[in-house]
Amino acid sequence: MSDVKELCEKTGSAAPVRLKGEIENRFDDALAKAGLHPLTAEGVSVFQVNMGSVCNQACRHCHVSAGPDRVEAMSESVADECLSLIEANRFAVVDITGGAPEMNPSFRRFVSMAAVSGSHVKTRTNLTVLLGEGFEDLPSFLADNKVEIVASLPYYLKEIVDRQRGAGVFERSIEAIKRLNAAGYGVDGSGLELNLVYNPCGAYLPPGQRSIEADFRRELAKRHGVVFTGLFTITNMPVGRFKDFLESSGNLTRYMDRLIGLFNPDAARNVMCRTTVSVGYDGSLYDCDFNQMMGLKCGFGAPDHISRFDVSALGKRRIVTGEHCFGCTAGPGSSCTGAVA
Amino acid sequence: METYYNPEDLQKFSTISEGAPELWKKFGEWYGAVFAEGALSEREKALIALAVAHAVQCPYCIDAYTQACLEKGSNKEQMTEAVHVAAAIKGGAALVHGVQMKNAAEKVGL
Repeated sequence: MSDVKELCEKTGSAAPVRLKGEIENRFDDALAKAGLHPLTAEGVSVFQVNMGSVCNQACRHCHVSAGPDRVEAMSESVADECLSLIEANRFAVVDITGGAPEMNPSFRRFVSMAAVSGSHVKTRTNLTVLLGEGFEDLPSFLADNKVEIVASLPYYLKEIVDRQRGAGVFERSIEAIKRLNAAGYGVDGSGLELNLVYNPCGAYLPPGQRSIEADFRRELAKRHGVVFTGLFTITNMPVGRFKDFLESSGNLTRYMDRLIGLFNPDAARNVMCRTTVSVGYDGSLYDCDFNQMMGLKCGFGAPDHISRFDVSALGKRRIVTGEHCFGCTAGPGSSCTGAVA
Repeated sequence: METYYNPEDLQKFSTISEGAPELWKKFGEWYGAVFAEGALSEREKALIALAVAHAVQCPYCIDAYTQACLEKGSNKEQMTEAVHVAAAIKGGAALVHGVQMKNAAEKVGL
């Protein structure tokens, strides 16, 4: 620690402060060495709403540990409070996530009202939910509301996708993409964005975004005749079900060493939490969806619930960090919209 | 159990610099340049390295370049084919030396 303190003095950074109960936070040390400590927000341009952990899938890497057995779901009243904040603050982006947010009873009302707020609205989907009974019209509903779709498809091969996301998921995902394409999503000139999300199927980091995007585009077109707008590469965070996998497979130490060894100050400068506020199903506020899953609410005196939402205070809040944050700063970095550096 | 190959020893690779730091520095620079994007992509170079790792049967290299290939976007099908290339060359190299055996046998035969 003494060398870190010395560097903090030289760079003018504050010395790392440990979270309550946290013995060691090497992420704060890394920030301090890069002259970036403490990490602070730079406004709130992305309002990310997690509508709950209910999902029709139970993927092995899921940081939310979402699944059919989960019961947490955003209530109508919390959704209404979020909509009031969206109308009042006109965030550049409203980002809807879950679980499978489509399974929340308030989803359609939330989307249609957010869509008229002037914000760019995007929703994250696991794709297969779109084939379920009662959800078949979602592609046209989302298209009518000009909503961007961010869809999970970790690879272009069935074996890899099914291993991570469950048997039969790949074929159903392709069917869902075909339906989205039919509604205009991902088709040049339609103005309807369909962005796919790659994440590694194991304890390793993602490839270069542009390189793997070219593979996806070529292979998905050739093998399945489907198209998409872009591809985001996302690093698996050592949180939730993926952390359980790392621990049970004996990969945790090596994975963390890899993330830490590849700490990139440029990625740290551009981490998404600096411009995002993440809302939990019960209205609690977090710096990001990962902190949300770890129960780390906005701290250091910043509002931690939508009932106390203050865009000015949140826009300059200090970010709550932990060792999991290395997942967003390794190599080219990672965010809900892919690489950041 | 003691073994000549310990996975954690890979992390100690840089200790080889002790005693010859200048050589290590040169090796590091050259190594980095070799694997940088060039006429071949980083992914192609990682696949070549994986194949060579199998040919020279270096467990450290197999571990490192399996990870590297996955992180460059290769999949198991492609990596398995790369290993087959190494195996085919090694097997072919052994077999083609059979010509030398034949030559030697011819030379000493009546």
